Amino acid sequence: MGRFIVHRLVNMVPLIIGITFLSFLVISMVPGDFLSSLRLNPSISPEVIRQIEAEFGLNQPLLVRYVKWLWAVLHLDLGVSLTYRVAVTSLIASRALNTVILAASSMLFSWALAIPIGIIVAVRQNSIWDRVLSFAAFFGMSVPNFFLAFLLMFVALKTGWFPLGGTYSVYYPSLDLWGKIADRFDHLVLPAIVLGTAGMASLMRLMRSQILEIKNSDFVRTARAKGLAERTVLYKHVLRNALNPFVTLAGYSLADLLGGAALVEAVMNLQGLGLLLLDAVRSLDIYLVMGSVLMGTVLLLLGNLLADLALVAVDPRVDFSALASQ
Amino acid sequence: MSTARQVSVGATGAGGTQLVQAIAREWRLASNPVRFSVACLAFFYVLAAGSPVVAPYDPTYQYRAMPDCPPMAPHLSAPSRWSDGLVYFYPMRMADPVARRFAADRSRRVYLHFFHNGHLFTTAAGAPPCFLLGSDGLGRDLLSRIVYGARVSMSVGLIGVAISFSLGIVVGAFSGYVGGLADNLIMRWSEIEMSLPSFYFLLALAAIIPAGMSTVETFLMIVAIMSFISWAGLARVIRGMAASVRTRPYVEAARALGASRWRVLSRHVIPSVLGYAVVAATLSIPGFILGESALSLLGLGIQEPAASWGNLLAQAQDVQSLARYPWILIPGAFIFLAVMSFNFLGDHLRDRLDPANLRR
Repeated sequence: MGRFIVHRLVNMVPLIIGITFLSFLVISMVPGDFLSSLRLNPSISPEVIRQIEAEFGLNQPLLVRYVKWLWAVLHLDLGVSLTYRVAVTSLIASRALNTVILAASSMLFSWALAIPIGIIVAVRQNSIWDRVLSFAAFFGMSVPNFFLAFLLMFVALKTGWFPLGGTYSVYYPSLDLWGKIADRFDHLVLPAIVLGTAGMASLMRLMRSQILEIKNSDFVRTARAKGLAERTVLYKHVLRNALNPFVTLAGYSLADLLGGAALVEAVMNLQGLGLLLLDAVRSLDIYLVMGSVLMGTVLLLLGNLLADLALVAVDPRVDFSALASQ
Repeated sequence: MSTARQVSVGATGAGGTQLVQAIAREWRLASNPVRFSVACLAFFYVLAAGSPVVAPYDPTYQYRAMPDCPPMAPHLSAPSRWSDGLVYFYPMRMADPVARRFAADRSRRVYLHFFHNGHLFTTAAGAPPCFLLGSDGLGRDLLSRIVYGARVSMSVGLIGVAISFSLGIVVGAFSGYVGGLADNLIMRWSEIEMSLPSFYFLLALAAIIPAGMSTVETFLMIVAIMSFISWAGLARVIRGMAASVRTRPYVEAARALGASRWRVLSRHVIPSVLGYAVVAATLSIPGFILGESALSLLGLGIQEPAASWGNLLAQAQDVQSLARYPWILIPGAFIFLAVMSFNFLGDHLRDRLDPANLRR
């Protein structure tokens, strides 16, 4: 187990280097840079610009800058944001936490609903509930995140049920701990629904097909034949086996949600990694872009690793060495 | 395996009547949601292909006196007045310029003219405009903008899939069939691409698009960027299939007959994975549509005054507009319908091309 984790972590290194280099290449291909707008500003003298250039090493060749950046990253220094003039790490840490909270809560939302619904629907196959919910699942899978966000915001506007975007209220700092948590939660409901809907729909469909498949297998027939109650058959035999693939899925869907969160954050104005990256891209704040991409990549890779570990933990048939050599 | 080819050969190879028969047969086999999806997509592609005719107005013309005008309801005129026109509406006038409230003028009837002036329907040149789906903040007809936006949103998927799939299939088949160092390098590269946090990267890449580019150039850049991100996943699956095909007797037979590597690839390996590719292609089109919409929505994609379904939704980001002018959400419904249709169609194709289902 330990060797497997180490192996996977080592494997991540070339991946991260490749991805960050690619991003570095891309962002330096952008016509103009952060300084272009400063150069057009007559109140900023050329000396100041040259000074900023030297300070951030913007006048050096691409490869040199990349290697320097990478070297700094190894010392947990992601550079300084050109716009905010503070360390990128301090900006990213709080934002990444918000993104992780959003992804985790939308996952909780989608799993808590999808699995019971999937079971109910599968048990009553072809009933009216099955048809309605299966059709609704197709709707949920197809509705674009941003469109759902607008629809829910419209409903929130008309009913006043939930706050419209934002991570917390203006009076957040004056609240006590429980008030803060409640305020956060209040702001989290809509984004979590928006982000979780697509996943919920596909999970429900998967759960349904899993149960239907297992319901017809031999060991279930045996269980029934020996006179077990239908409930016992369902919960002890069918369900346990049907849940197997979901363990793997959990990790991957977390990784998926972390990526999808970026768009939801941008649309609903949540202070997460995605919105930070969007702002950074708009202002060509190189080190902030690089930091966000790096953080996003690391989160994604960790999600994938968690998925594999969960699979290994659940399914004794999975071979570590086979996974490690992949 | 070869079913995809048989279907396509049967459909295209032999005469018009057989094509019609094949289509009729497929239509009979399809479920109602699938029929609805196909009809939807056909409708959208007609919109896209015939936008100058279908759109009642110039999508960039600003009716300055009528910003954020609500949708106007068409009315059917009484048979005795059909000489004036079949359909009329009551023109709207701004009643309160501050709140941008409009009131219909019930005393006047303005008739829609069909097949007039090169449009499917429109109003006479001097008459007040009819905004069937309302107008946007600059007084442009939303319907016309949606119709023109269909060009971007409906073609982005097709072109993107064409690029990423030809890349994915060729690279994947080559990698799987040839194996060795090339295979190893290609797969490591595709791993890097697949581990990219795709939306983050899409944002970063979209920044390359220079501000001064034309709409067509921007469009092509967006498609290229999204294809670049998405080809790797398919290449990996195709590679796996190609690697297993490599040892099949019919491929060995072809090699034994002296077929060149390229011939084996193009005549035996690629056709055998094509069925899977068609399904995967259909199911990946929504990703392209959504990607373009999201970028345009955030202002990084197709720029005003050109229309795409995504940038039409940008106005909805303003909460005030969303509250007062809810019809600006209509383009989102079009995106939703397009995405859902491709999902239904892809699901259906998967069932149809599944060998287990075909044998029945």
